[in-house]
Amino acid sequence: MTKYIIKRILIAIPVLIGITIIDYAIMCMAGSPLEMLQGPRVSQAAVEAKAIALGLDKPFYVQYFVWLGQLFHGNMGYSIKSYQPVSEMISSHLGPTLLLMGVSLVVSLLMAIPAGIYSAIHQYEKGDYAVVTFSFLGSSIPGFFLSLLLIYIFTVKLGWLPSSGMTTLGTEGGFADVVKHMVMPVIVLATSMAGSNIRYIRSAVLEILQQDYLRTARAKGIGRFLVINKHALRNALVPIVTVIGMEIPVLFGGAVIIEQVFSWPGLGLMTMSAISSRDYPVIMGVCLLSAVVVLIANLVTDILYALVDPTIQLD
Amino acid sequence: MAKNIKYEKAAPTDRGKGAVKDIANESYLQTVFRRFRRHHLAMVSLIILAVLGGAALLAPVIAPYDPDEIIGTFSGAPCKEFLLGTDQIGRDVLSRLLYATRISLLVGIMATLISTVIGVVLGLVAGYFGGVADMAIMRFTDMVMSFPYILLVLVAAAVFKPGLWNIILILGFVDWPGIARLVRGNVLNLRETNFIKGNIVAGMPLRHILFSEILPNTVAPILVYGTSVLALSMLDEAALSFLGQGVQPPTASLGNMLNGAQSLTVLTKQPWLWLPPGLLIVLLVMSINFIGDALRDALDPNSRR
Repeated sequence: MTKYIIKRILIAIPVLIGITIIDYAIMCMAGSPLEMLQGPRVSQAAVEAKAIALGLDKPFYVQYFVWLGQLFHGNMGYSIKSYQPVSEMISSHLGPTLLLMGVSLVVSLLMAIPAGIYSAIHQYEKGDYAVVTFSFLGSSIPGFFLSLLLIYIFTVKLGWLPSSGMTTLGTEGGFADVVKHMVMPVIVLATSMAGSNIRYIRSAVLEILQQDYLRTARAKGIGRFLVINKHALRNALVPIVTVIGMEIPVLFGGAVIIEQVFSWPGLGLMTMSAISSRDYPVIMGVCLLSAVVVLIANLVTDILYALVDPTIQLD
Repeated sequence: MAKNIKYEKAAPTDRGKGAVKDIANESYLQTVFRRFRRHHLAMVSLIILAVLGGAALLAPVIAPYDPDEIIGTFSGAPCKEFLLGTDQIGRDVLSRLLYATRISLLVGIMATLISTVIGVVLGLVAGYFGGVADMAIMRFTDMVMSFPYILLVLVAAAVFKPGLWNIILILGFVDWPGIARLVRGNVLNLRETNFIKGNIVAGMPLRHILFSEILPNTVAPILVYGTSVLALSMLDEAALSFLGQGVQPPTASLGNMLNGAQSLTVLTKQPWLWLPPGLLIVLLVMSINFIGDALRDALDPNSRR
């Protein structure tokens, strides 16, 4: 087991290095930061001086290692727009995004796990068709369109929920206020995730239901309730671990769009404004951070998977 | 030997409605079609997709007006003359919708083709040759998959100026890892089968083994996966264009037609501007997903039905 974990971590290291290279390459492709500093009043000599100061006169690979070294010290560069350190900007916007993502993940699992299990137990019945159709609708509806529909219904027509921000402007906020602001973004993110999760959990449970040990359990006559809840459910936990791992990158991506629509003051909103103002250090910082988070999530999923499922091949 | 076993014709029973067909002698495609037809939603989806695709294809013929020409009042409500009203600068919404469907389908199909080709080639190479090639390709796949998909596409769109063909290329070049993994897994299994080993022993050329023996045997899963890539790339195009980073106006795409709904007047007072394109995306993507799901069932070699 320890051997497997060590091996899995060793595999992750070249991927991590590759991620930094891709990240750096995109930043280079985006153009030199000097072009953005350049104005009509800046002389050529000043630009050259700046190039030397920034280390841009050195070859590509040297620059990469310098950048990497800075990264190890937690220095992700400075925003071109606000001149704030990127790491500071990210950490100040991280909280709202994590809150939104975490709640959405929990809500989507709360929808998907019972629905998927129900659907598998009642395969080819009316309830199953209804659940599966809903899950297809969930994964086919663009998040931004669902957001617009919800805003139209709950904000414009009914006036129940606020459509933007995290707290009401000019007030202290408070728990109830934040919850009110969160309802719609969470529904949108959770729906799109639940769509694919329901089908995944359904087919995983269907597979478990056909296993010999479940036939044995049924034959023992312990009753349907115990068969499902004691024997099937515990084994269904394995695919659910995978589902959570798969959702992390989807969550990150979804958050970018949803935060934009609902003006949720998180990482996604910051990234979108960085993208529209071509603030590359910020964009790259976010990309790098999210890629590393996804990598770690995959690593943890794999290790958890090996821990939960004793039959998995460890070589 | 197995092929020579003659199945006895099933005795007619009263279970089926019509005459009992001779299942044992039908061809593979017939089997697939018979299984596919059982999914009623997928059949309906196929018809919907055919109608919408046909309408998109024939847009220049059936569109009542030029999609980019200003011909009516600003933001006119639907009326006899303009069935779905006019947009903020007086263009016919119905005509734009037809052309937008065309663009969105084009982006989806082209991006899917590109990513499928890349994924299949990389997957074949990694799976068949193994060793260093496999290691390198799979680690590269891991790297690309680590970046959240939408973020990568958004950044790429920002770096390479948004536009129709750039969006197609970006989506195509970002979407392949799933297919590469799928093909690799299949090839790994196939390589251990006797008929491939037989080919290797017989000294068949590599090209023959890869493209005439292995590839045809992985077409079914690729096709199924391809439908989900198609659905996803259409969703992504819509999201990108909605955010203004995708297909650029005046060219209409289903996503950028929704862009206007970010303004409160459009959202509250002019639903004919944003409801139709949104519903059309849902309808298209859902049809594609249903078809993919039915295909998965119909193409499953382990299915006994």
